[in-house]
Amino acid sequence: MKKTISGEMAKISRRKFLVVSAAAGGGMALGFNLPFGIGTAAAQSAAEAAEVNIWVVVKPDDTCLIRIARAEMGQGTLTGLAQLVAEELECDWKKVATEQITAGQNLSRKRAWGDMSTAGSRGIRMSHDYVRRGGAAARMMLMQAAANDWNVPVTDLQVANSVISHAGSGRSTTYGKVAAAAAKLTPPDPKGIKLKDTKNWKIAGKPLRRLDTANKLNGQKIYAIDLKMPGMLHATVKNCPVFGGKLTSFDDSKVKGMPGVKGVMKINDTTVAVVADTWWRAKKAMDALPIIWDEGPHAKVNSASIAEHLKSGLTSNDAFADIDTGDAPKAIAAAAKKIEAVYSVPFTSHTPMEPMNCTVKLLPDRADIWIPTQNAEASLAALSSSSGHPLEKCEVHVMDLGGGFGRRIGNQDVVRQGVAIAKAFPGVPVKLVWTREEDQAHDFYRPIAQCRLSAGVDEKGNLAGLHLRVSGQSINAFANPAAIKDGKDKRQLQGLWAEPHDAQIGYTHANLRTEYAMRNTHLPVGPWRGVNTNQNGIFLECFMDEVAKLANRDPLEFRRSLMSERPKHLAVLNAAAEKAGWGKPLPKGVYRGIAQFMGYASYSAAVAEVSVSPKGEVKVHRCVFALDCGNVVNPDQTASQIEGSVAYGMTTLHSEISVANGRVVETNFHNFRVMKIAEMPKVEVVLPLTHDFWGGVGEPTICVVVPAILNAIHAATGKPVRSLPLSKQGLTLV
Amino acid sequence: MPQLNINGRSHDVDVEPDTPLLWVIREQVGLTGTKYGCGVAQCGSCSVHLNGDVVRSCSLPVSAIKASDRITTIEGLSKDSSHPVQRAWGAIDVPQCGYCQSGQIMAAAALLAKKPKPTDKDIDEAMSNICRCGTYHRIRAAVHIAAGNAKVGSADALTSDQQNV
Repeated sequence: MKKTISGEMAKISRRKFLVVSAAAGGGMALGFNLPFGIGTAAAQSAAEAAEVNIWVVVKPDDTCLIRIARAEMGQGTLTGLAQLVAEELECDWKKVATEQITAGQNLSRKRAWGDMSTAGSRGIRMSHDYVRRGGAAARMMLMQAAANDWNVPVTDLQVANSVISHAGSGRSTTYGKVAAAAAKLTPPDPKGIKLKDTKNWKIAGKPLRRLDTANKLNGQKIYAIDLKMPGMLHATVKNCPVFGGKLTSFDDSKVKGMPGVKGVMKINDTTVAVVADTWWRAKKAMDALPIIWDEGPHAKVNSASIAEHLKSGLTSNDAFADIDTGDAPKAIAAAAKKIEAVYSVPFTSHTPMEPMNCTVKLLPDRADIWIPTQNAEASLAALSSSSGHPLEKCEVHVMDLGGGFGRRIGNQDVVRQGVAIAKAFPGVPVKLVWTREEDQAHDFYRPIAQCRLSAGVDEKGNLAGLHLRVSGQSINAFANPAAIKDGKDKRQLQGLWAEPHDAQIGYTHANLRTEYAMRNTHLPVGPWRGVNTNQNGIFLECFMDEVAKLANRDPLEFRRSLMSERPKHLAVLNAAAEKAGWGKPLPKGVYRGIAQFMGYASYSAAVAEVSVSPKGEVKVHRCVFALDCGNVVNPDQTASQIEGSVAYGMTTLHSEISVANGRVVETNFHNFRVMKIAEMPKVEVVLPLTHDFWGGVGEPTICVVVPAILNAIHAATGKPVRSLPLSKQGLTLV
Repeated sequence: MPQLNINGRSHDVDVEPDTPLLWVIREQVGLTGTKYGCGVAQCGSCSVHLNGDVVRSCSLPVSAIKASDRITTIEGLSKDSSHPVQRAWGAIDVPQCGYCQSGQIMAAAALLAKKPKPTDKDIDEAMSNICRCGTYHRIRAAVHIAAGNAKVGSADALTSDQQNV
């Protein structure tokens, strides 16, 4: 078993492909560059390394290859998971390397590596326990092998940095020397292993450098879009620009004679593909291809009609109430002072820098795909169903992603397209690459939403009641209807839930009501970094500032008064406020805003410092974050994720995805304005960890970025910002 | 047949004259460190040096390039990742997904060649490349480190007491 996995993979790579490593800087024309896993690491494993267990492979030179099942898309999970395994393994960190497993390997070993899906900030929080047990079990087996060799009790041995020693006899050995013997031992029961107290960590919990930086600095990292294989063809696609429309016809006589063109084909009801010997030639032919679309029933839909549709959900009687404590509407009606507001957020796109792509090779008895995917097993299932080959004859070679953000999780649209094209070229690897325009026009967008909020305050300035109604599109209705129980789609109220541990509302009150009315559109929607915490964080946290103002109270102090039953939420709010110096004087013209919210089992708060010029130019000077994610595996990478969430969140101040004539208007970066370095504020991070749970890191802070900034704008201008992007208020981010 | 001087080597390429330099570099010459991100000179993922100036190769037809022009791609910036920009980038782990970083590094290297001690304003003006992971905070810090304006660690978002948690 141990040899089969790597042996099988090595056979595939040797037999099917000529693997030539990419020459450094040399301009190796038409070289082939299958990078990792498929050939290199796995083949070496087969030759000389010992698989101690599924997580740990040790080479004679003491290199510890740590297997990684989750996808790496920049979020640093690869390094973090390796730190967790290495911590328990007691290996020499300087000799750690990693190896990405494939979906086929996981399948062939009965999903020994568990869930490969990398979404919902779960890469570490959902696998820390079993990967640490894997590291610990490997350490125990390596030590037992040494004990057996020396005929001494294992309890007499010490281990550090991959060196096992026996004080009594002065003998020592290394992991590389005993790995082969260790691999033959019966593994210990993982459940019986006692893991280290996190207080004693030496590798995990430390701000170590990433393991995967070096080849991102010199152009040597091979993304899926960079793959080269013998005989490879290149494809691009165009989908009906109006969602729900169809392909009527195309005139391939206009492009068939263009240089390099190998084929023009309809690949499904809505998509046409062009295949050529280079991608540029395929793209050029696609641009020249006359295509007639049947634009279908939604060709007249636009942003205004969608807004009207959502507006109807703000007052309709088809909503469901999630939290319904006391009688919020009655309490508000009876309150001394009242306020009501309607907020709205538009669709937005993921727009990862690496365009959608995959390479597919179909043989009579097998299907292979190379793809940047957040869910290799979903890609495997899509490859199998679309190719017609059984799962065990399919393989997904997971390539590190050039950005994911949720775009490459559930919707395996690119897999099905790639397979449909490759069917026309049996035995030939075909690389499908979308244009940026196609990516913008055919995303699974962050759902559009509106929210009506009302609140009352009593004579003393205390909250009398709060009533919140979200109306907007449902991700589940589009992607996973089975998750909607009894017509109640709780997911759209993420971050506003009463239940603890995942995305709990930070406030309690005797009169509190939260509702959701589903209003779907013809646009496909999906999870977008932070998912529904983004808009719900804006709705609740910006409105809290409006209510605090009505009550004539400080926004921080007002929030605190509602958080006595939410100590973890309160602690991060206080930590952010303290770090930011809440209440202390600021330079003239600079104003603060604050927000707190919960998602992905982590607690976040932010304070933003903003100035607004008379011309409406908004400058965000500084953002301070507090995050309690329970435990942190790499504090530097945690900070990096928080910094990144600032930029990803702030882009929604600039841009939206709008709809005209049934299609997306923003086709590329010239009209989908993305945040750049000039607008990036100074970011500061504090981690007030409580160490009693494991929360996510990649997504949690994004939902406080925008509300903290909007609250600071409100403080600066005296006017709440209730809809995005900022241009709708005559404001511009600078 | 156009002749291109890329990273000090001469390449004869057989392509239509309107082919963008980016696709010649990637598909004819075979250097894939230079990336396609938008195709309309907006994102900078395709940034290379043309006679020392940073250009967006996705929108530069190969017909505009002379045989005497010197093109440098990320692969040719240094032999061993030893350019000060590459070293600074590595020292503070600037890249996340890394896809845009070839272009970011080429833009930063061109900036420093012209302005060895850039101000924040210089960086804002010169570094208009897009990064969706949002590494801007560290890009700014790394440019200052590469310029000798700052030391590693001085620009960390984490406060010093948070480095061991």
